[in-house]
Amino acid sequence: MSILVIADHDNASVKPSTLVTIAAAEAIGGDIDVLIAGSGAADAAAAAAKIAGVTRVLLADNAAYAHDLAENIAELVVALGPDYSHIMTATTTSGKNFLPRVAALLDVAQISDISGVVSADTFERPIYAGNAIATVQSSDAIKVLTVRGTAFDPVAAEGGSATIENVDIVKDPGLSSFVKEEIVKLERPELTAASIIISGGRGMQNGENFALLESVADKLGAAIGASRAAVDAGFVPNDMQVGQTGKIVAPDLYIAVGISGAIQHLAGMKDSKVIVAINKDEDAPIFQVADYGLVADLFKAVPELDSML
Amino acid sequence: MKVLVAAKRVVDYNVNIRVLSDNTGVDLNNVKMSLNPFDEIAIEEAVRLREAGTAEEVIVVSVGTSACQEQIRTALALGADRGILVETDEDMQPLAIAKVLKAIVDKEQPSLVIAGKQAIDGDNSQTGQMLAALAGLGQATFASQLVMGDGEATVTREVDGGAETITVKLPAILTTDLRLNEPRYASLPNIMKAKKKPIDVYTPEDLGVDVTPRVKTLKVEPPASRKAGIIVESVEELVDKLRNEAKVIS
Repeated sequence: MSILVIADHDNASVKPSTLVTIAAAEAIGGDIDVLIAGSGAADAAAAAAKIAGVTRVLLADNAAYAHDLAENIAELVVALGPDYSHIMTATTTSGKNFLPRVAALLDVAQISDISGVVSADTFERPIYAGNAIATVQSSDAIKVLTVRGTAFDPVAAEGGSATIENVDIVKDPGLSSFVKEEIVKLERPELTAASIIISGGRGMQNGENFALLESVADKLGAAIGASRAAVDAGFVPNDMQVGQTGKIVAPDLYIAVGISGAIQHLAGMKDSKVIVAINKDEDAPIFQVADYGLVADLFKAVPELDSML
Repeated sequence: MKVLVAAKRVVDYNVNIRVLSDNTGVDLNNVKMSLNPFDEIAIEEAVRLREAGTAEEVIVVSVGTSACQEQIRTALALGADRGILVETDEDMQPLAIAKVLKAIVDKEQPSLVIAGKQAIDGDNSQTGQMLAALAGLGQATFASQLVMGDGEATVTREVDGGAETITVKLPAILTTDLRLNEPRYASLPNIMKAKKKPIDVYTPEDLGVDVTPRVKTLKVEPPASRKAGIIVESVEELVDKLRNEAKVIS
């Protein structure tokens, strides 16, 4: 068996989600090639070559791959794909965008967001917002998989010595083009990479009150998240959303503040190692998953917490 | 121009699903079924395009059992002009649905197809992208803003870490994210009117599409449950527990 992992990277380095995808590939077994598709991505390729367990790094370095346009990346992967038994990438907005296109062009199913590897053709994946885990078996010759970022322990970023091979395939069907991006500059860790997350919900009452969480987050080195209710109410932007339709996180510590704990939110954070809930409603469902619950008014408890850190 | 909207019948957003004791699936008996919430956003966006004069006709298509008529009627009450049901009792997986939709796209020749970014039952997030690939069209997934232009659409997309704007040539496939719009409620007169709107029914065989499942579900289990935690009495106790018991803060 040989496995192609399409790396999640920023041209300079490889994102931690790639290390998780490679861990899932190792659980399947076989040679692991990593594709770096980007523009000016030699540094990312060099970083990928050092990852433990990688056989070859394929570097497709071309302006056509600068902005992760799904049509271009998909055609590149399809050109490489028939040599592999498995094609995998992380469940990121980029992976979710191009990989189903790859599967359709290869006329195979995609198995999304796998959380476990049972065998080379059988995988576990959450359905219904993680309220059920399905074990599914693919009958296709090529298995196309996205991998849940919290489900496997990442492989070591160092210790490997893979060869780097240039791929000269340039695919750009001209169906879409990049205009601009507004990436929020974070002074704090990214949600999916943070070891501590403090999230606010509808109980925060407005966007300004998230400053209470920011102060705590700064002291803990934490990322700040939000429930869909807080996003829908316009308190904070959507990229802070933790949940079924937002980001899936599993930090060492998750502090839920003023979040009632709708199943869609729990779906995004219940694999966290330690969960703290602060809510004034003692019947809030969040307390059913919390290791430590504090029934209190967040506007008193959070400043108090802040002062004790 | 025509806009085609794909709509799925799913277990309602508010239902707490239960895994069947024989681990063959989830219990769908007497469970409230609804339109997939992201597909409601898709219908709203299409109807707004027609109301703005950009689109002439909004067609809603659903693939599944005859019961999907109910969700098509809901879409018609929300403003779609006519419906298409591709009726089958087969376990429809994203690739098969995308193939069926491709056949409908060939038949109807819409300038824009709008689908939800994922269905809240399978959580696959595949169908729109697969349809785009099969139809050889461009895609703009996870859209939070759509501006129709001449022969192309400018779409702002929700991506990890922020937002991205792309242009995509028409015809194209759009999938909706939460912030694209806020769907309206169907009014009673519109619900009545929807009863008279036409729904065409086909089968996958009529369309010449092989919908044989590629993935077999071996079992479905409830997720591992967390062990019960404790209620602390004060912030002080909480900080003490986090420092000295859980050891997650210093």
